Amino acid sequence: MKSTLITNSDDPLNAPRPLLEVRKISCNYGLERAVFDLSLTVHRGEQVCLLGPSGCGKTTVLRAIAGFHPLLTGEICINDQQVSAVGAMVPPEARRVGMVFQDHALFPHLSVRQNVASGLRLFSAREQKSAVDDMLDRMGLSRHAEKYPHELSGGQQQRVALARALAPKPLLLLMDEPFSNLDQELREHMGQEVSDMLKENGITCVMVTHDQNDAFALGDHVAVMADGAIIQWDTPYNLYHQPCTHFVADFIGNGIFLAGIISTPTRVATSLGDLESDTDLKMTVDASIEVLIRPDDVVHDPDGPIRAKVERRAFKGAQIMYTLRTAEGITLLALFPSHANFEISDEVSVRLAVDHLVVFERESEA
Amino acid sequence: MPVIAVLLFALGGSGDIWTHLVETALFGYVETTLWLMLGVGVSVFITGVSAAWLVTMCRFPGRKIFEWLLLLPLAIPAYVIAYAYTDFLEFAGPVQRSLRAAFGWESMQDYWFPNIRSLGGAILMMGLVLYPYVYLLARSAFLEQSVNVLEASRMLGRGPWRTFSTVSLPAARPAIAVGVSLALMETLNDYGTVDFFAVYTMTAGLVDVWLGMGSLAGGAQIATTMLVFVVLLIMLERMSRRHQKLYQQASSRYKPLPAYQLGGLKAGAAVTVCALPVVAGFLIPVLVLARLAFIYFDRSWTPDFQLYVFNSVALSAAAAAIALTIALFVAYSRRLHGGKILAFATRVATLGYAVPGAVLAVGILVPFAAFDNTVDALLRKYLGISSGLLLSGTVAAVLFAYVVRFLAIAMGQVESSLEKVSPSMDMAARTLGYRAGQTLVRYHLPLIRGGMLTAAMIVFVDCMKELPATLLLRPFNFDTLATHVYEFASDEMLGEASLGSLTIVGVGLIPVVLLSRMISRTRQTLGASAD
Repeated sequence: MKSTLITNSDDPLNAPRPLLEVRKISCNYGLERAVFDLSLTVHRGEQVCLLGPSGCGKTTVLRAIAGFHPLLTGEICINDQQVSAVGAMVPPEARRVGMVFQDHALFPHLSVRQNVASGLRLFSAREQKSAVDDMLDRMGLSRHAEKYPHELSGGQQQRVALARALAPKPLLLLMDEPFSNLDQELREHMGQEVSDMLKENGITCVMVTHDQNDAFALGDHVAVMADGAIIQWDTPYNLYHQPCTHFVADFIGNGIFLAGIISTPTRVATSLGDLESDTDLKMTVDASIEVLIRPDDVVHDPDGPIRAKVERRAFKGAQIMYTLRTAEGITLLALFPSHANFEISDEVSVRLAVDHLVVFERESEA
Repeated sequence: MPVIAVLLFALGGSGDIWTHLVETALFGYVETTLWLMLGVGVSVFITGVSAAWLVTMCRFPGRKIFEWLLLLPLAIPAYVIAYAYTDFLEFAGPVQRSLRAAFGWESMQDYWFPNIRSLGGAILMMGLVLYPYVYLLARSAFLEQSVNVLEASRMLGRGPWRTFSTVSLPAARPAIAVGVSLALMETLNDYGTVDFFAVYTMTAGLVDVWLGMGSLAGGAQIATTMLVFVVLLIMLERMSRRHQKLYQQASSRYKPLPAYQLGGLKAGAAVTVCALPVVAGFLIPVLVLARLAFIYFDRSWTPDFQLYVFNSVALSAAAAAIALTIALFVAYSRRLHGGKILAFATRVATLGYAVPGAVLAVGILVPFAAFDNTVDALLRKYLGISSGLLLSGTVAAVLFAYVVRFLAIAMGQVESSLEKVSPSMDMAARTLGYRAGQTLVRYHLPLIRGGMLTAAMIVFVDCMKELPATLLLRPFNFDTLATHVYEFASDEMLGEASLGSLTIVGVGLIPVVLLSRMISRTRQTLGASAD
């Protein structure tokens, strides 16, 4: 088999056969091309996130995997069986794929028990009951079995939706922005809970979200998408610390880009002083570049070389995010512990503490 | 299809009647129609908008009741209210009798009394029963207006009246225009009233030329002229609806509208303004009809009458069932495939409601008659037998007309209830192992049952009321309630017609009640979704 563009296994020879293979697919959304030559491989028991701004084509990919969206090029295989190709589609009901929706899509006229049982109609009544009971128990919904969806809280509806999708024991679970209808606190809690549950049960899952926190909570690997293509496929840690493009660096986390020039293969000259890298930057000397400076790279130090004025402050509890403006007119984002409490227009001294430099070629300024 | 038939037939039809028509009556017809439409347009606008504004923006005693009382006249077909008022206001009627008694007048020469059977009378009658279209749409437009915008306007120093005229009214303009154009379509459709009042509109002319002079071609030609009006009205409506979408971006959060508390004289005035259309448009005609029906009960409650009721109910029920089935089929396949051709087909199919019944009748009869003649000729030639009339002049033609005319209502209802079912619901059912058809039966039908029932009800009642198409297409000696009422009324036997009229009104009340319940329910769900 030809190796796919993106693999998530370090050793292709020892890796088991992937459960889901998306090979070079393209799709239209309406009349416009929404997905370009996209490939994706997901192994059994792995949780993968498609992360990107709205309109980047991530939902279209999910719909294509579920069998709701036709392909213009490429193919999709689930469990070594081709389910989608150009002009040929296995209908969604025959794919053994479970899906959880943004609005939960619970059937309002059915009780929780009936909702969870909806995917089990080919089972005998006894099997159905035990499967539903088991599922409700695992989700902590046993007390609510006879209630109707509108009587449940958002988090409970979320669990019912998950239970309904998982009850028929699908090969693959798809989730479309599953947490975006929940409020912030519940969202983090549910993200953790669902992640634990999926891991415990070894469920393979592809989730789509525009929220990086959701993606980081759930994804073993995260695919950052833009304009119908995957820009970077990596672990959450690497996405934050080693973004491969300006777009990813900008999209994930906060930070600013500091203009500079490569002075040696491991050294960058900027208006805020020279920065040393722990690895070879693999850039030609004298190239115009920009360096990613994360807010946690800017350290409060009374003896620091950089003097800046506080322009804005955002209190975040344990920490405060400051927007600083240096004498050179450069804007920095800085995350200080709450003890370092400054008011707007206060003068602050900082230094840059960056070990691993993330450097991009500077785009010609328009 | 009927529309195309009308056009073709009109073009190829006998020219002599056309020239004759142009020379004599046509301009009269057009002129009368224009005056009638203008009059009805103005009166429904004033009545509908003022009533809608009062019940949504002001608080006065009885407001809650008026909110749905104002819908009641919708239940009365224009021809029925016309019959009722003719009886009420005629020389021997209660009004003139009491006037004579009060002032000691003896005969007609002693005083002047306006003749209700005139153009003005027709405008008044139609205005009274058609204003609810404007009222309904204006009311929901006012309700959906963002409270914040209104409050902002008050903050910027505009008083209640200036806020109304500079903010509320312009923002509701598209909705009001839709309401007025619907009322005008009904005006164009009306035959019973104008015939009874001897107001020669195009519809009256069409029926006259067809039934009186026996010229289907002449009828088709008038129908073509009417289609010009129809096209203009449709354009007005479609354009307004497009604006309506822009203007009415209802905020998802429900806030009670800021209400102007009215007291004393102002409250009295508000009650009067709201009560007037209800009393004149519903209470008086119903009382008049009830009295007549009571007096003439023995003479009208005959086996024939029961047959007419049965005919009406059976026809209307069949039409409702067919229309609903087609609507469900088309709407669901659109949901599944969403093609451009299907979308276009739906739009064409739903134009039927704008085409006046009389025009539709011509359009149906022409191709049906051609079909019958062809079959008949073929059979005679080869088998020597006559097939007679297969389609035209049968109940099937009437049924077909009903379905074409009221399909739009069924489509609209079914589509909007389907739209409320989130598309992810479909996907959920599919990923759970159900095929598209199973999804429809197991999940969609239970969810849209309410909307389907409402649609069936409205189509049913509209069929019961429909007069011109029934009159023109029905088989010989076949009567429905509407034609029965019409025939007695044309013979000036209003007493005998009253029981039938009252029955139509009674049936017509069902969708009005449904409608008002639906309105109060949307308010509740809006309120519930806010928390």
